[in-house]
Amino acid sequence: MMLARETETALKTTPLHALHAASGGKMVPFAGYDMPVQFAPGVLREHLHTRNSAGLFDVSHMGQIELRAKSGKVEDAALALERLVPQDILSVAPGRQRYAQFTNEAGGILDDLMVANFGSHLFLVVNAACKAEDEAHLRAHLQDSCVIEPLPDRALIALQGPTAESVLARLCPEISAMRFMDTGPRRIDGIDCFVSRSGYTGEDGFEISVPAEQAEAFARTLLANGDVMPIGLGARDSLRLEAGLCLYGHDIDTSTTPVEGALEWSIQKSRRHGGARAGGFPGADTILAQLEKGAPRRRVGLRPEGRAPVREGAPLFANETSSEQIGKVTSGGFGPSLNAPVAMGYLPVSLAAAGSLVFAELRGARLPLRVAAMPFVPNTYKR
Amino acid sequence: MTTLYTTDHEWLRIEGDVATIGVTDYAQSQLGDVVFVELPKVGRSLKKAEAAAVVESVKAASDVYAPISGEVLEVNDALAAEPALVNSDAGGKAWFFKLKISDKSELGGLMDEAAYAKHTA
Repeated sequence: MMLARETETALKTTPLHALHAASGGKMVPFAGYDMPVQFAPGVLREHLHTRNSAGLFDVSHMGQIELRAKSGKVEDAALALERLVPQDILSVAPGRQRYAQFTNEAGGILDDLMVANFGSHLFLVVNAACKAEDEAHLRAHLQDSCVIEPLPDRALIALQGPTAESVLARLCPEISAMRFMDTGPRRIDGIDCFVSRSGYTGEDGFEISVPAEQAEAFARTLLANGDVMPIGLGARDSLRLEAGLCLYGHDIDTSTTPVEGALEWSIQKSRRHGGARAGGFPGADTILAQLEKGAPRRRVGLRPEGRAPVREGAPLFANETSSEQIGKVTSGGFGPSLNAPVAMGYLPVSLAAAGSLVFAELRGARLPLRVAAMPFVPNTYKR
Repeated sequence: MTTLYTTDHEWLRIEGDVATIGVTDYAQSQLGDVVFVELPKVGRSLKKAEAAAVVESVKAASDVYAPISGEVLEVNDALAAEPALVNSDAGGKAWFFKLKISDKSELGGLMDEAAYAKHTA
């Protein structure tokens, strides 16, 4: 059998790199960083531990960016950012955050991100692989009215799972009052953090931005709690897949619009036709038309009927014999909580309804998959 | 009975003109939790180096190649029901398939246990 070989290139490291090595992390290159794909317990146990208790994830490779209006008013930063995303940023209240996408002129997605209102300015969290382009994009379009400041000296640690709240509350009781998508500066264990009640697993949990020099000590404090286990990128992917969450560059990219990506829920009325600030973002013509008339294809959840995982890239067909490819799988693998394979992919809208039967071609055979509602595993957010 | 190994981390137990084939403990440790195994059909004629079976972990799919040529005599159906056997007993209960050896000279290119240990050191 052929085992994957890792290539040696000059990789960046996060402030938790030494801790990962000391914790037995199996390191792999990811988005230019040397990151742990798993620890000794393995993807399956790490996944289930996160669903049952609490998992600690190093997501320091992601980009953290402050966006400040030169006027000093956060509303002006929000209005400026609305020129680049189809979301209503102005209505994001202080201490709240919202999911957004940077779009291009064709209506495709350049990146997806979180936008937080910190009262005086906005705080953005963007994907690692896109952060340089995102920063350049912000500068190219908003530099006249805003100061764009990346925060490379901060780590980002996610604590996810049903006991995440009790673990973190021992260090900072006030976090228990936070609801899903609440965010803002908090002092935790004497460290000045930015905390949001959010994540990428479908579980209740927190993402905590920490100054780089205090990150390892903070992570060690969390890991000292018996409920907390370090979790690698492998389980992060299976957790987000079961939660039906998109992975940028796979499930959404510059060739997919937010409507095709089934992300209409993230576009508020105020930015749609008839809204107070309709349009005015790249690709608005395409995206607003698709919001009214639909898009020809759609991202859907897929449940293979057998046991074989159907992975990214598998072509989809309407039946067992047709030679006409109608779509493809964009993410797929094994869902440990479901104890079954799960996938997502794109299909023509005529076949995108839950319950539709389609076929994936795998190793020369056609395997049946059922279109299924997402999330595959119900989320447990504290709303 | 002799046990031989391939550079691709498969083992072969040779009994007369029958080879029982599986993946090594080193391979399973690299794969991680195995969640699916696809086996060849009984009666299939395999050529050396041909993809014969698939083993999938949560992370990825890997091919298992026929280490030698031969006809598939028997497959381990227990693996389909319990893929995790590959992790718990790679060298024993988790055998994949048995081949009727068609050309014994192909065994000459394989490693013995000591050579394989060196290979994975």
